[in-house]
Amino acid sequence: MNHGTLLVFEVTILVLAIFLGFEVISKVPTLLHTPLMSGTNAIHGIVIVGAMLVAGTPHADTATKVIGFAAVVLASANVVGGFVVTDRMLEMFKKREPPKPASDDSDPTGPA
Amino acid sequence: MSKNLTDLLYLVTIVTFILALRFLSSPATARRGNQVGALGMVLAVAVTFAQPGMTNVWLIVPGMILGGGFGAVAARRVKMTAMPQMVALFNGVGGGAAALISMAEFHNRIPAPGNLHVDTSIAIVLSALIGSVSFSGSMIAFAKLQELIQGRPITYPGQKVGNLVLLGVAVAIGVAICAGWETQWALVALIGLSLLFGVLFVLPIGGADMPVVISLLNAFTGLAVAATGFELENNVLIVSGMLVGASGTFLTLMMGRAMNRSIANVLFGAFGQVSEQAATTAATGTGTVRSASADDVAIMLAYAQRVIIVPGYGMAVAQAQHDVRQLADLLEARGVKVDYAIHPVAGRMPGHMNVLLAEANVPYTQLKEMDEINPSFPQTDVALVIGANDVTNPAARTNPASPIYGMPILDVDKAKAIVVLKRSMNPGFAGIDNELYTEPQTVMLFGDAKDSVLNLIAAVKAL
Repeated sequence: MNHGTLLVFEVTILVLAIFLGFEVISKVPTLLHTPLMSGTNAIHGIVIVGAMLVAGTPHADTATKVIGFAAVVLASANVVGGFVVTDRMLEMFKKREPPKPASDDSDPTGPA
Repeated sequence: MSKNLTDLLYLVTIVTFILALRFLSSPATARRGNQVGALGMVLAVAVTFAQPGMTNVWLIVPGMILGGGFGAVAARRVKMTAMPQMVALFNGVGGGAAALISMAEFHNRIPAPGNLHVDTSIAIVLSALIGSVSFSGSMIAFAKLQELIQGRPITYPGQKVGNLVLLGVAVAIGVAICAGWETQWALVALIGLSLLFGVLFVLPIGGADMPVVISLLNAFTGLAVAATGFELENNVLIVSGMLVGASGTFLTLMMGRAMNRSIANVLFGAFGQVSEQAATTAATGTGTVRSASADDVAIMLAYAQRVIIVPGYGMAVAQAQHDVRQLADLLEARGVKVDYAIHPVAGRMPGHMNVLLAEANVPYTQLKEMDEINPSFPQTDVALVIGANDVTNPAARTNPASPIYGMPILDVDKAKAIVVLKRSMNPGFAGIDNELYTEPQTVMLFGDAKDSVLNLIAAVKAL
């Protein structure tokens, strides 16, 4: 594919992604807006793919390696942190469960 | 692995991300959705490792362990109340990564002049600029919420003009790069100016508005990632980045709507600054405040038909959500109908209060949103306000001079009796007095929210 055709194709999927983003989000209830923010935060951690591609460039010079390494570190923190935080939030949303011993309530930090 | 297979597998990742967002439409499926998204991320990383010509694995893997390890530990250790700043932090590093990638790409491609298509230059410039702003802006948001720096707006004369000039210079350098000024130092200067702009752009915004800023910066990082995708001609980055960009923008607008303020007002209004003046003038209010003992309040609660609990950030800070739930359970055991009224911006993020109460095992069916619960206040015997302030202030309905005038509030003042648990008479986060406290049907129970709730539990049990 020549550069121009590829660009047009990329712009096409970009525009479709905008509409998809609006569409998907409009169905999320306010209740879940914090996990939503956190979940989309984890998704843009996909930048790790870009960081890997840059750090893994064949015959990269030192500057590229250093910058690429830093990018991989930051992007990994984004990915792992983003998904773990979101999971911690979401595991707490549950319906009323059978009564449990009251001792559960004394743990102020909640499930770690 | 062939290019086609790689792209197809990246497409699978994209689908998992869309499903992750789709599953977020119900609390019952949301967690599974997040796990599906995480699997998609693992797939994308594995596919990238398997790309032809992938080298320097010895460099990448330790980087992943380092960054991922930090992310995992930080995310596991953080308290639920500190969640917003953690999201800001992880968002910032993502933006930083996008900016670094564009720096490395530019560095790699310029030795052969004319090698850069103009659209690639545009993508590099955009990803560097937006990524840097997102990085430094998120760090300031983090510092404000973590109270490393003061939450109140920091303003000085000529601020807006200064920021505008700064951004203008950065954009001008960007345009010059796209026009063919392919010098590395130009991009470094652009990144430096963008970082500075990010700092100065967030500093004047008050702590109460930080959630909106974080949401906006989240959208920014998404856009930066999409731009990175154009640089690298990588579809998974373009689609995922843009999904986040679009959804983040939409969420930001919805948050603005919940506070009845335009995003421009949030970003450039230096809220809280205005209200500081309003607070000093309004502090001369005439009403008297009645305070009550825990025993009095316990009797009011125990013999009520219907109680609505209005939790706010004060409850979260005191880590009282578990005790509040215990109190609610006690009341329910006595036949009192208990609901929780959740203002859209209660806590420090939209939906933040839901997360905190869910942590305390409050079933989400009991958490009522503002529009749903407001009609019930006139039939409510006791509204128990725990550490909430501005979202209950009737001035938002009645006083056009108030800085929060027009913000939708919980109609707590319409309840038959109101009990406010509060540390002191200090004004809330927005720095304005609350007329609710001087209403004739209001009593105040002063003290730390957790202590007060524990006292109430003991008093109800003793009845």
